[in-house]
Amino acid sequence: MSFQIKKQSTKYDVCIVGSGAGGGMAAKLLADAGFKIALLEAGPDFDPANKEQRTQLRWPWESPRRGAATTRPFGDFDMAYGGWELEGEPYTQNGNTEFAWFRSRMLGGRTNHWGRISLRFGPLDFKRKDFDGKGDNWPIGYEDVKPYYDKVDKLIGVFGTKENLPNEPDGFFLPPPKPRLHELYIKKGANQAGVPMIPSRLSILTRPVNKERGACFFCNQCSRSCMAYADFSSSSVLVKPAVKTGNVDLYVNAMVREVLTNGEGEATGVSYIDKDDLRDYEIKAKVVILAASACSSARILLNSKSAQHPNGLANSSGVVGKYLHDSTGSSRMGFIPQLVDRERYNEDGVGGMHLYTPWWLNDSKDLGFTRGYHIEYWGGMSMPAYGFGFNTQALKEITGDTSRNAYGTGLKKDVKKFYGATFGMAGRGESIPRKENYCEIDSNTVDKYGIPVLKFNYTWSDEEVKQARHMQDTFEEVMHNMGAVPLGDKPGKETNYGLENPGKIIHEVGTTRMGKDSKNSVVNEFNQAHDVPNLFVMDGGPFVSQADKNPTWTILALAWRATDYLTEQLKKGNV
Amino acid sequence: MDRRESLKALVLGGVGSSLFLSSCVTDKKSPIVEGDIIEEKEGYGRTPAEEKRDEDLYSKTFFSKEEMATISILADIIIPEDEESVSATEAGVPEFIEFIVKDIPEHQIPMRGGLMWINRESNKHFEAAFNEISKENQMEIIDNMAYPRAFEENSPGPVFFRNIRNLVVTGYFTSEPGFKYLDYRGNTPNVWDGVPAYVLEKHGMKYDEGFLKVAMDPATRNEVMDWNNYEV
Ligand SMILES: Cc1cc2nc3c(=O)[nH]c(=O)nc-3n(C[C@H](O)[C@H](O)[C@H](O)COP(=O)(O)OP(=O)(O)OC[C@H]3O[C@@H](n4cnc5c(N)ncnc54)[C@H](O)[C@@H]3O)c2cc1C
Ligand code: SF4
Repeated sequence: MSFQIKKQSTKYDVCIVGSGAGGGMAAKLLADAGFKIALLEAGPDFDPANKEQRTQLRWPWESPRRGAATTRPFGDFDMAYGGWELEGEPYTQNGNTEFAWFRSRMLGGRTNHWGRISLRFGPLDFKRKDFDGKGDNWPIGYEDVKPYYDKVDKLIGVFGTKENLPNEPDGFFLPPPKPRLHELYIKKGANQAGVPMIPSRLSILTRPVNKERGACFFCNQCSRSCMAYADFSSSSVLVKPAVKTGNVDLYVNAMVREVLTNGEGEATGVSYIDKDDLRDYEIKAKVVILAASACSSARILLNSKSAQHPNGLANSSGVVGKYLHDSTGSSRMGFIPQLVDRERYNEDGVGGMHLYTPWWLNDSKDLGFTRGYHIEYWGGMSMPAYGFGFNTQALKEITGDTSRNAYGTGLKKDVKKFYGATFGMAGRGESIPRKENYCEIDSNTVDKYGIPVLKFNYTWSDEEVKQARHMQDTFEEVMHNMGAVPLGDKPGKETNYGLENPGKIIHEVGTTRMGKDSKNSVVNEFNQAHDVPNLFVMDGGPFVSQADKNPTWTILALAWRATDYLTEQLKKGNV
Repeated sequence: MDRRESLKALVLGGVGSSLFLSSCVTDKKSPIVEGDIIEEKEGYGRTPAEEKRDEDLYSKTFFSKEEMATISILADIIIPEDEESVSATEAGVPEFIEFIVKDIPEHQIPMRGGLMWINRESNKHFEAAFNEISKENQMEIIDNMAYPRAFEENSPGPVFFRNIRNLVVTGYFTSEPGFKYLDYRGNTPNVWDGVPAYVLEKHGMKYDEGFLKVAMDPATRNEVMDWNNYEV
């Protein structure tokens, strides 16, 4: 093997690293504007309509393991090439940290299987410090991002209802699907407890937004990515049309190692490893956009060391990798006796819940924690896969049914009878970003490409634990009101009330946070590095705080805002 | 029905087909055409690495012939044939168990150990291997495992029985005959228009009037959204 570095002769206007939410958005807009783009993606090409890759509408018996999660963490049919662990690409932990890092290596990144929950941050979410004195305010407010949320709604599509709730801004909503039966039951119990339940807001086309994408045909499988392109995946919705313009050169299986710089401290391009021939290549561009996901982009910056940038690129503040934070999560399962032996019909609906609970206690100051959470729900007659029917006996005991069908026709009937009667609730909350929670380079460990890996340092504070306790109390109250039976033991203090390890909710953001002051932030309000004007970060890294709203709609809106700014700068010749 | 046939049925099977096509195709350039579904080749969307892993597992054999015979006997006792549906072996459950223990190796020792335990019981009481004793004697061993006395609940027999029962049940209900018996209706293109009225009524539920005014309308669902008179 020769170790000579291959240099591309083309000089691009913009080089984009990563094809997920942020990278896809930047590629689409810049390609439409006529710029020459190199889009680099560490994973393989992907198209949900490609027969060889398609998992949508497959039956469990098509998989010899019946969809078990042996090779894909969310099961055989889930559309993520990746997971918590990637072969040959480790990460390490400091002390008692148990951070879980989910990476999806493919065109479109994690947007191929994400939950499509598409919530805007509200006015309060950008200014939480004003309210509780903790963390930091964003340098921008809702009014700065609103026009971009509007544009994202119209370009990509999201269903929902106008509710006029404080801090849960309405948008351009496609019509929502009607609730499922278990959702109506939950709503009854929730409303009695003073907990609202409103139509969910998911980026799924209940009506088309253009002629290129079809309408949803209600298969409940958005996590498998939609061959009709009726859900938002960056691969099919953004990258595909971007490439079609002819302005994008797509490099797949291209693992970016570092950003290259010149003597003046400007970015000149990136160096990457082609995973097929394991050689090093260089791409030259006037502007570099990192959108490799919050932690991957931080890793690239920290690995881009030079004499001018001894702490890594864009890191004169020392803040790259700091303020890493994920959403909190805690959940509980239950059983609805009224749904035993239920009528059969196709209950699939869209690929996600039809109703959800937005945070409803913004004005409370006496909860013992200051940031809110929303509640997600699942249940109904979903498609059986590996694990279905396990421990049916235990369910029966809960109902007080003492007939002991340990085997035989009786057991078979029991399984049928209990189908579709279980459900679950999951709280997803805001945590308070702290400098002490961070990722850094572990200089003792490299991945199989020889690139130094990330080491995580992360602990929850009392705020998050108390929030999880509140979630559990709410779940029980709602279940009690609706006549449901909570399953298993209520998670208590010894398990932090079921609070998931950081990273598990897969909303990790904050590692290149934005701010006005270059001493304590990495990028400005337009996602542009303070230290390096022709370098941008357009994933979740620039988040100052991750509201209880899932991050992707805001990643998209901010990427659009940043791209508008960048386009102007490019036209003026400033970068 | 093989997979090819079932896919054909998906497209040609009445309601599903027309809805499917009209729902996905908003113009000629739509990514879906009927042929895509019908002409499907083998495979279930694996990456090259996953495909290789599957092949490796298929090329290995874990259970002996005798063990497979015992698994089949147990499977059909756990899920027998009856007037409504076929038995576990007919639904391919033993083959599924052979695959899953290779795929999830944590199952291997408990399964093999459990089968050994059964043979030991059988030899102790009936002086022959489990596969060779009478049906009545087999049932005696199984009943001791399936309905243990309280103090024996966590002894090897009952624990093994619960494990293999989980695998048999899950293997059965994720098979095609299992779906038929369960009367599963999903995984088919359709237009969701809410819970059927008679079901709602039976459960004493109804949809909120105000919500119905803005809910997805099957009549216009294929029309490109027009934002002209939309106000946020
Ligand atoms: C199961 C699941 C459910 C989720 N549900 C929701 C939800 O309902 N709502 C919501 O808002 N969010 C949800 N999320 C989170 C959402 O997926 C992410 O917020 C979003 O995808 C982040 O976009 P991104 O562009 O920052 O990164 P990603 O989507 O992760 O894309 C990054 C891309 O960069 C590539 N890359 C990484 N490193 C390199 C490198 N060195 N060189 C080249 N390329 C590189 C990766 O391969 C990847 O394709 C969910 C996530 C998961 C896993
Ligand atoms: S639920 Fe709708 S949008 Fe989601 S994958 Fe199925 S058809 Fe596509």
